[in-house]
Amino acid sequence: MTDTPKIALRNVHKRFGPKVVLNGIDLEVGRGESLVVIGGSGTGKSVMLKCILGLLHPDTGSIKVDGEETTRLGSREREKLLHKFGMLFQGAALFDSIRVWENVAFGLIQGEHMPRAKAKDIAMAKLGAVGLTPEVGELYPAELSGGMQKRVALARAIADEPEIIFFDEPTTGLDPIMADVINELIVKCVKDLGATAVTITHDMASARKIADRIAMIYQGRIIWTGHAKDIDASGNAHVDQFVHGRAEGPIQMQIRAL
Amino acid sequence: MVLALQSYSGFSRFQAEGAIATVVVLSVTRELGPVLAGLMVAGRIGAAMAAEIGTMRVTEQIDALSTLSTNPFKYLVAPRLIAGTTMLPLLVLVADIIGVFGGFLVSVYRLDFNPSSYITRTWEFLEPVDVISGLVKAAVFGFVISLMGCYFGYKSRGGAQGVGQATTNAVVAASILILVFNYLITGIFFSDK
Repeated sequence: MTDTPKIALRNVHKRFGPKVVLNGIDLEVGRGESLVVIGGSGTGKSVMLKCILGLLHPDTGSIKVDGEETTRLGSREREKLLHKFGMLFQGAALFDSIRVWENVAFGLIQGEHMPRAKAKDIAMAKLGAVGLTPEVGELYPAELSGGMQKRVALARAIADEPEIIFFDEPTTGLDPIMADVINELIVKCVKDLGATAVTITHDMASARKIADRIAMIYQGRIIWTGHAKDIDASGNAHVDQFVHGRAEGPIQMQIRAL
Repeated sequence: MVLALQSYSGFSRFQAEGAIATVVVLSVTRELGPVLAGLMVAGRIGAAMAAEIGTMRVTEQIDALSTLSTNPFKYLVAPRLIAGTTMLPLLVLVADIIGVFGGFLVSVYRLDFNPSSYITRTWEFLEPVDVISGLVKAAVFGFVISLMGCYFGYKSRGGAQGVGQATTNAVVAASILILVFNYLITGIFFSDK
């Protein structure tokens, strides 16, 4: 690919006290590509996304978005950069003090200063796109089920038509059918917007459905990347163990004896 | 009201009951109104702010704000600081009025003071600086309460326990700072008297 990658991470390190979380991440995501990052709990997946968004600052290394270095941006430039991003958080992270439609329209009203009436129309359209009725828009997030909250969070992530969308474990905590509905919505929304997507998940069914390309993170490094269809023939023992969910293998869970 | 009763029991030993109206109004406007209201608001509003912002922090709502191109300081912290700084003086004004009126009721109906002379004595020795110093204190306390609530809420980590800890810290820090600032502001206004 001769194009500048949409997102490029080079040798990114991040530690919290003595605990090294990212230990030299190198990763590229092409324009319009859907990359899924898989890896066990605590391997640094969420921290990596937060570093790209600027919610956490990497200790060393370079993170480029559209070829521009982002690790040293000021808060105003960061705000401008974040217009390019949409994010679906693991726990949905809906604002519980405002209505569902206001959640979806939040970025439009607060970030882009759009008039409320116009933003409401767009919010209702986005809620429709994720299969929710306008009546749901008038409810508060606490009145929704987990699956509906995830769909609202997805509608919020796509509301201002971002160029890049991050999905942090989009199917965690959902039943298999709802998980598949969310996967299909993600594929559809990303395709409709022509956006670049980065998804982090443990869920292999979700990864196979969403991904063009899959990367595996282990002990703070990317240990394998390849096309989604090659995941079963990766030739990497770590990836094989993860994909098949085996307790035995090179990845040893740190379990302390009681 | 308690102040009036206590002052009476003390002052009557020296035949100084006439000073009760003045003692009540000065104590309430200078000290008791702002400090008691400040401590109560720290317990009520400071804790609520820390709990709300702390919960937003641990449920990633603050991260969500940032990704929606909204500065959390402008959206969450600044309005609370402005609200605290402007509203606590109003609350203290109400507390002053109720406090002085309570003293009046006790003095007139329980201690058999003459109502008009009580009011005259209340007004006679009350200077604008007494009320203004109390309101300045209230504004500072309101700012401190909101700042502590927002700061500890924003910094909270680790789920429900973290939010509980943030709430406790916000109330304790705000209460201590209220007492410290009370001393400092009193020094600024009344050091030459």
